[in-house]
Amino acid sequence: MGRDVILATQGLTMEFKGFRAVNNVALEVERGTIHALIGPNGAGKTTCFNLLTKFLQPTAGTIRYKDRDITGLKPADVARLGLVRSFQISAVFPHFTVMENVRIALQRRRHGDSFDFWRAEKALRVLDAEALELVEAVGLSEFARTLAVELSYGRKRALEIATTLALDPEMLLLDEPMAGMGHEDVDRTAELIRRVGKERTILMVEHNLSVVASLSDRITVLARGQVLAEGDYATVSKDPRVVEAYIGAGHA
Amino acid sequence: MADTAALDAAPIAAAVVPENRDDKALQRKIFIGLALLLMVAPLVLYPVYLMKVLCFALFALAFNLLLGYGGLLSFGHAAYFGMASYLSAYGAKVWGLSPELAILVGTATAALLGLVFGSLAIRRQGIYFSMITLALAQMAFFFALQAKFTGGEDGIQAVPRGALFGVIRLDDDRAMYGLVAVVFFLGMLTIYRIIHSPFGQVLKAIRDNESRAVSLGYRVNQYKLAVFVLSATLAGLAGATKAIVFQLASLTDVHWSMSGEVVLMTLVGGMGTVFGPIVGALVIVTMETYLAQFGAWVTVIQGCVFVLCVLLFREGVVGLIARRLRKPL
Repeated sequence: MGRDVILATQGLTMEFKGFRAVNNVALEVERGTIHALIGPNGAGKTTCFNLLTKFLQPTAGTIRYKDRDITGLKPADVARLGLVRSFQISAVFPHFTVMENVRIALQRRRHGDSFDFWRAEKALRVLDAEALELVEAVGLSEFARTLAVELSYGRKRALEIATTLALDPEMLLLDEPMAGMGHEDVDRTAELIRRVGKERTILMVEHNLSVVASLSDRITVLARGQVLAEGDYATVSKDPRVVEAYIGAGHA
Repeated sequence: MADTAALDAAPIAAAVVPENRDDKALQRKIFIGLALLLMVAPLVLYPVYLMKVLCFALFALAFNLLLGYGGLLSFGHAAYFGMASYLSAYGAKVWGLSPELAILVGTATAALLGLVFGSLAIRRQGIYFSMITLALAQMAFFFALQAKFTGGEDGIQAVPRGALFGVIRLDDDRAMYGLVAVVFFLGMLTIYRIIHSPFGQVLKAIRDNESRAVSLGYRVNQYKLAVFVLSATLAGLAGATKAIVFQLASLTDVHWSMSGEVVLMTLVGGMGTVFGPIVGALVIVTMETYLAQFGAWVTVIQGCVFVLCVLLFREGVVGLIARRLRKPL
């Protein structure tokens, strides 16, 4: 077929005390695409995400990233391979300024580990220009010196994306990037994701179907921990099983 | 649908953080003020009392590095303080080491102990972390009680102060005070530097949002262990110095109540502030010294002060001042 798969899982399973939150999932994400993972509540999307980024250890199955088995890696090491995630609740460092939030990510990418406790913080100023560029890219320049905790929700999400981009990841995993956003922010963030997705692979969990429809190249539908359907939006939205899973049996 | 949750849109009043340089300038002024205070204080106050305050202040500063900046509540810091004081006392008395070497031996002991205990404790989080540090510290206490060289209930007494670098006799309280003041000040500067280093920046990130730090590729356990060892080492420096000052190492220094006391000092002064622990140590040591006539009531009074502190200013004395000034202290 000649498909260029960057991330693939086989038989991915996560069992919590007898309950299979994720059951035998085979997922393939092609390089350079925006791939969406959708499904009704409790379908196992977020668990799946946590498995892919190794925040959870799967009970069975394998995960391959860039032809490398990452099933046994620790989450920090997965991030170092260029597979970086965001979180459902906006994950920023609340007591850092917007600039510092981005800079801490740059610090990791440029300097690797920072055990240099004897050096002054001034050493980090070389990263300021690049940090500011990233802050500008997500439209937060006027807030560069604001503490993250004081930002509005939508801006926190933008900051989170800037921080993630600072790592220059090959692949981004976005967990409900639009959750809790107002219309204005949704449009702005969708635009940002589209722009970012031009050079990278993105896998995202998202509830907002209109966003999914307009952004994604490919969609995987999960229900009860299993893959129900896969394809582009037109295919998936017409699939009777998907309609049933969303609306619920009995109402269809 | 998620997008129906109407949020923000209205521009927020940008609470712009003041220029970092101003904060640093203020802190630098405080450092200079403290240096001057250290020079003048022995002219006015009893040097032995001052030395006690300084030793505990350094201990509390070291503890605050771990709690306030690493976000790790150790409930066994007496182990590093106490074992360092034993080794320092033993070195000076039995091996006949000069005071600077004795202090070095004590400090190194604490560092090693911190490495061993720390690598066990950081495997767990929150209350479990605290409980493991407590359990390990209790083992250190038991060791101090049973081992031959620590002198059991008697401790190590009549430790010679000796001569610094073989030249300056420390029997004179003023000379001794000079050394303690220098050790304290350098210790404080070291901690300040750690907090404001690239390493410190990562620590604060981990404290603020650990899973995000992980997702950025930081191996957080290595950072936690590093700050644990640094904190234990500096706590050891305080304990080792104290043993030379008071010419005594005893079970009090490794007892769990000592671990509690340093928590108290840090919270009263202001956890996560640069200068808070110094104020906390000053308050607690002063109460112990000047209220000693009330005997067991000191504990009750301390308890009341603590409760009042928590009720009235949870961020501690310095934390409260910092909030009023809107500047980090």
